[in-house]
Amino acid sequence: MKLDSKIPEGPLDKKWTNHKSNIRLVNPANKRNIDVIVIGTGLAGASASASLAEMGYNVKAFCFQDSPRRAHSIAAQGGINAAKNYQNDGDSVYRLFYDTVKGGDYRSREANVYRLAEVSTNIIDQCVAQGVPFARDYGGLLDNRSFGGVQVSRTFYAKGQTGQQLLLGAYSALSRQISKGKVKLYNRHEMVEIVKVDGKARGIIAKNLVTGELERHGAHAVVLASGGYGNVFFLSTNAMGSNGSAAWKAHRQGALFSNPCFTQIHPTCIPVSGTYQSKLTLMSESLRNDGRIWVPKEKEDAEAIRQGKLKPTDLPEEKRDYYLERRYPAFGNLVPRDVASRAAKERCDAGYGVNKTGQAVYLDFASAIQRYGKEEAAVQGLKNPSAQEITDLGKKVVASKYGNLFQMYEKITGDNPYQTPMMIFPAVHYTMGGLWVDYNLMTSVPGLFATGESNFSDHGANRLGASALMQGLADGYFVLPYTIGDYLADDIRTGPISTDSKEFEDAENEIVERTQKLMNAKGKHSVDEYHKKLGLIMWNECGMSRNAEGLKKAMKEIQELRADFWENVKIPGNINEYNPELDKAGRVADFLELGELMCKDALEREESAGGHFREEHQTEEGEAKRDDENYAFVSCWNYKGNPSDAELIKEDLVFENIELKTRSYK
Amino acid sequence: MNLTLKVWRQQNADSKGEMVTYKVSDITPDMSFLEMIDVLNEGILSGDIEDKQNYGPVAFDHDCREGICGMCSMYINGEPHGPGRAVTTCQLHMREFSDGETIYIEPWRAKAFPIIKDLVTDRSAFDRIIQAGGYVSVNTSGNTQDANALPIPKENADAAFDAATCIGCGACVAACKNSSAMLFTSAKVAQLSLLPQGEPEREKRVMDMVKQMDEEGFGNCTNTGACSVECPKEISLENIARMNREFLRANLTSSK
Ligand SMILES: Cc1cc2nc3c(=O)[nH]c(=O)nc-3n(C[C@H](O)[C@H](O)[C@H](O)COP(=O)(O)OP(=O)(O)OC[C@H]3O[C@@H](n4cnc5c(N)ncnc54)[C@H](O)[C@@H]3O)c2cc1C
Ligand code: SF4
Ligand code: FES
Repeated sequence: MKLDSKIPEGPLDKKWTNHKSNIRLVNPANKRNIDVIVIGTGLAGASASASLAEMGYNVKAFCFQDSPRRAHSIAAQGGINAAKNYQNDGDSVYRLFYDTVKGGDYRSREANVYRLAEVSTNIIDQCVAQGVPFARDYGGLLDNRSFGGVQVSRTFYAKGQTGQQLLLGAYSALSRQISKGKVKLYNRHEMVEIVKVDGKARGIIAKNLVTGELERHGAHAVVLASGGYGNVFFLSTNAMGSNGSAAWKAHRQGALFSNPCFTQIHPTCIPVSGTYQSKLTLMSESLRNDGRIWVPKEKEDAEAIRQGKLKPTDLPEEKRDYYLERRYPAFGNLVPRDVASRAAKERCDAGYGVNKTGQAVYLDFASAIQRYGKEEAAVQGLKNPSAQEITDLGKKVVASKYGNLFQMYEKITGDNPYQTPMMIFPAVHYTMGGLWVDYNLMTSVPGLFATGESNFSDHGANRLGASALMQGLADGYFVLPYTIGDYLADDIRTGPISTDSKEFEDAENEIVERTQKLMNAKGKHSVDEYHKKLGLIMWNECGMSRNAEGLKKAMKEIQELRADFWENVKIPGNINEYNPELDKAGRVADFLELGELMCKDALEREESAGGHFREEHQTEEGEAKRDDENYAFVSCWNYKGNPSDAELIKEDLVFENIELKTRSYK
Repeated sequence: MNLTLKVWRQQNADSKGEMVTYKVSDITPDMSFLEMIDVLNEGILSGDIEDKQNYGPVAFDHDCREGICGMCSMYINGEPHGPGRAVTTCQLHMREFSDGETIYIEPWRAKAFPIIKDLVTDRSAFDRIIQAGGYVSVNTSGNTQDANALPIPKENADAAFDAATCIGCGACVAACKNSSAMLFTSAKVAQLSLLPQGEPEREKRVMDMVKQMDEEGFGNCTNTGACSVECPKEISLENIARMNREFLRANLTSSK
């Protein structure tokens, strides 16, 4: 297979504008005759469906939740980046582009990232026009905060519920098109297969989750906006239903899967508390603006804290190790996620961890409360405020910034973070890898597009905070609706896609067979048991640090687990009814293949880059060591049956505008 | 701890439901309520927990498990989302219960939210209320005016935000003796009426949304306030008052 990434000619800052003026368009009258299926109603899907419908296409939108508003984008907390430079701190499109490429450890495509930075400013305008209530300052203008890996304030936010507010904005735009009949919504529906006719994606098989019935839907193009696959680890910050199946089905139909091993482990999550644990909760990165991360300097103190004999608040300043500030003075607590996560693991592995398990570090707001308290006292003109007054004022300011996050923390742990430092630990959060797409966001299957977290395109080996929301909306509002026209221009005379063809019939039969096979296993073990086992293998061998031996072992273990699953899984109930265990089984079956491909990719990539840390490739100080000479490429895997047989195709990354440097945050 | 659960079991929309008793053991205080249900379901699956009538695992809606998607929806001991204020079921932890307790678990009960199975209900009526007008009619384009061209007073922006934090869970309807959807509907109306972007469609929006709400079969509001008490996002009754004013105003202008 030959890859053409279709990156337009010309200088970086003109590529998108030129491309937009040169690609083919579909005129409004013809759009009415063209159907597009969109899988997913998260930021990427809802924005795409709404925009395509506004342009005149007929859209069918699918989501497995009961309402499009519940897509996992709703859970994003911290914020969304845009190069508005409202704070006048030297931000620009170029700087956002540069930060993103650097943050991604030079494993993303320059042209795509530049376009993302370019349209970022439109996103904020669009959202405000929709009535998204972003945080504002006293002058009524939009407020910003900072996120990791950057030195400017370019993150727009709505308290700790930015994803919710942005998604509700996109959902309202989608709702408007539903009411006009331009979008037909299929909630509680899961896409279970992509149907190709003459090599082109021409529809899907969807399952009505309430009745268990299979449905055929034809269209001229299919857009996947199905989110990331972090749940392959079982425990992650993703929602319970988030899954990789839509992308995996696409992969099985010939769409290349890129950089599967690039997984983001987020440094600030609530630590695991027991084996019953079903998911992990993120504490937004925005907390690192004001929280300071530390562990005890002495092992004895760490030990005493673990045994409950010592309280963190009793430990004096000089006995604390603010290890990020110590190791990375320039960025301090705001180093990128991969760096912060590994540093926490390093301290805990060395025996300095806190919490009963020793698998946690502190995130402390005491200094921020004091600093804000003093500022606020000055603003209010208080003369000689007492220590108590300062603390109270400081807590108020902190509450106004992070109130809901503090509340969430307290609900889960029972501890009050205004009084005692939070305990945090890294957890799986985001997947940079995903379906390979060209500049037009089309996968290697003609007519099949991928947007948002489901594609691989913009974040390289590590995503910067607040950039996923930006990418989802950029793809859905401003990129796909234009680029898809270039493909659909050939379809203005095709007419409706019939679902009576052999291709649809075969696809449906295969699903029936596969489901029957799952139901017939009649074994002893629940789907969750397999999922948990897979998750543990992935976390141990393909998590925060990886090595060749472990990865080989993991691949073998996953193969065995997969074979066992198909023999011995136990699924209750029937096919033709609401049966969540059966739906889960289908998703876990796919994870059991995807997990193996992730390990294979990690094994193949003999370097450390971003979230991918190979123990064999590190500096003496334990920092990641990239190999630009041999690995400055996107790995694109071609499906060949077993994941271990997948064929590697390389897309070389060409850097014309940025000089490749060792990432340094010191 | 060991608990007795009385759970509503109903095969599908057409079948009759009943309360069924289950015993769960080894529940720890750090578990969330939904993780406790996971334990129940694993037990039913493995046969360790007796499920006499063979209903199988309990079906319930859930997704984010962090209080934001609005999917989880259980009536626990007679309260939507159980005891405690400002929490969703997924954020409720077992430390709120004590050893030996009996817990009653039921689905939302409202004509407009028909039961699909066990604890799962169909809340698409809420989506249709939003479709009736819960939006600003602006198309996607690369050239809407600059986001900072129109300053919005912080109080208004903050109040709009507070209203916009509604997660669409339906607890307000479940809590109301009339199954009224006023709190939900008013939260959206209030958000958009507080922002200049919502101004042009102000009258039409409130009329259309209220009309849809009535058509879906939600009851009338009799100002009891149970909705706001049980609302996990503490959406304020102020919003209902604001919607009533908006509605009145719209009626006046339209009759002019
Ligand atoms: C807890 C948390 C906090 C985050 N905070 C931030 C943040 O502050 N800033 C930031 O930039 N990013 C953040 N992220 C990342 C960001 O939220 C996600 O990457 C982004 O929202 C993904 O959007 P999406 O539209 O691609 O997918 P999603 O929002 O996950 O939507 C997926 C959609 O696809 C549907 N779907 C999937 N498979 C199928 C199928 N087979 N059939 C039918 N429908 C299907 C689902 O129903 C859903 O509608 C956060 C992520 C998490 C988990
Ligand atoms: S108003 Fe409150 S209770 Fe009602 S749907 Fe919204 S969040 Fe739920
Ligand atoms: S599961 Fe999302 S709010 Fe409870």
